[in-house]
Amino acid sequence: MRERLMYLLAAAAAFLLTWNLYKIFFVLPITANVAAYQIVYFHVPAAFTALSGFFVALGASGLYLATGKFKYDEFAAAVTEVALAFATVNLITGSIWARYAWGIWWTWDARLTSMLTCWLIYAGYMILRRSIEEPTQRARLSAVLSILGCVDVGFVYKSIEWFRTQHPSPVLSIRDGGGMGPGMEAPIYWNFLGLACLSAILIIVRMRQEETAREIDSLRRMAHSY
Amino acid sequence: MGFVRQALTIAAKDLRSELRTKEAINASLAFSLVILVLFSFAFDPGNSEVNIQAVSGGLLWLVFSFAGALSLNRSFARELQNDCLDALIASPAPTGAVFTGKALANYALLMAVEIVSLGIFSVLYDVKVKEYFWPILLVMLLTTWAITVIGTLFSALTVNLRMREVMLPILTYPLLVPPLMAAIVLTTDLLGGTPLAKDTIWVRVLVAFDVVFSWLAVVFIDIVLVG
Repeated sequence: MRERLMYLLAAAAAFLLTWNLYKIFFVLPITANVAAYQIVYFHVPAAFTALSGFFVALGASGLYLATGKFKYDEFAAAVTEVALAFATVNLITGSIWARYAWGIWWTWDARLTSMLTCWLIYAGYMILRRSIEEPTQRARLSAVLSILGCVDVGFVYKSIEWFRTQHPSPVLSIRDGGGMGPGMEAPIYWNFLGLACLSAILIIVRMRQEETAREIDSLRRMAHSY
Repeated sequence: MGFVRQALTIAAKDLRSELRTKEAINASLAFSLVILVLFSFAFDPGNSEVNIQAVSGGLLWLVFSFAGALSLNRSFARELQNDCLDALIASPAPTGAVFTGKALANYALLMAVEIVSLGIFSVLYDVKVKEYFWPILLVMLLTTWAITVIGTLFSALTVNLRMREVMLPILTYPLLVPPLMAAIVLTTDLLGGTPLAKDTIWVRVLVAFDVVFSWLAVVFIDIVLVG
């Protein structure tokens, strides 16, 4: 059942992403005034995927704390890891685009800083998981961190916006859009769907890994107790 | 015994044992002094073109948060000896009261270190704090509570981990970005002569952060310590 779902999702993701690539490069008009703007079709959906992943992880962590069922913990861990990967994609594609458009790799703009802080919070989550061996303790503590982190992301997001609006600096606005016509927004949403399918596959694979790891761990404990 | 009295008893116990050994307070004071000296190499304080006011908020809060991490690390770790932590959890006081008491003790210690460092800072870098001392104190009171709540909660969370000393700053600094940013903006503006009334949005960020995370900490401390 799970296998079939994975193949289905893989087919959907492959179709959507190829179709979008075709549309982005051959159908949509090329805007000459913004360099390498096509990257935005992956940059923005990656951010959507990452942020929705963090919210899903918040829900899963809450469910784990409420029920104590390990499957929610495994799900939260898998989702956070995949979301963190997409946050990395978002940061790197943004950086590449910034190099072309602004001539610099990085600028301390509100949006960039908030994404980086968000990335750091969830990187801490991954490090925390690595450093605890006992499964119940790991699940419990990382669930708490996931919930606190998600609340904090809200604060980070709002406060950094205020920070930069109060202190205007000569950096370019990240939301200049670069001549994003009304017909050109659709591929962003289609790509988001494609990436969402892809992350679903990754999450399923990752969860299976977690399950196997836990099974091996309990077998090892059993073997040691004899 | 009510919640408040239990919390105060724990706070008094922590403060008493700290004042007898002066372990954390000496370490964090010495540490902040060292950092304050090191900062003078980052820019030239004697150069009249360098505007120290513009960076003073950032400098001060970096010192305060480093000193905070140092003393907060010890907060729950010192209870590991002789299984004191288990005794605290088993005691009739609820974990919320244990947390509040420890947070209050840490708060008092950190505030003391911060006020001394602020004095040293103003002498070493010739920054006038007298005029805006009370507003700066308000900012310190609000932000230090944010540092203390997050720090004490994560001190409990990381107490049994292998790399405790490293884990606490790795986990807490990203979470502390909003209050630290607010504090840096407010302190820099105050030292530059802008009254607090112009930056009320940042004071509100601090108050909101304090309220939300104090509540979350008291809710989650039982899960963290007991499970």
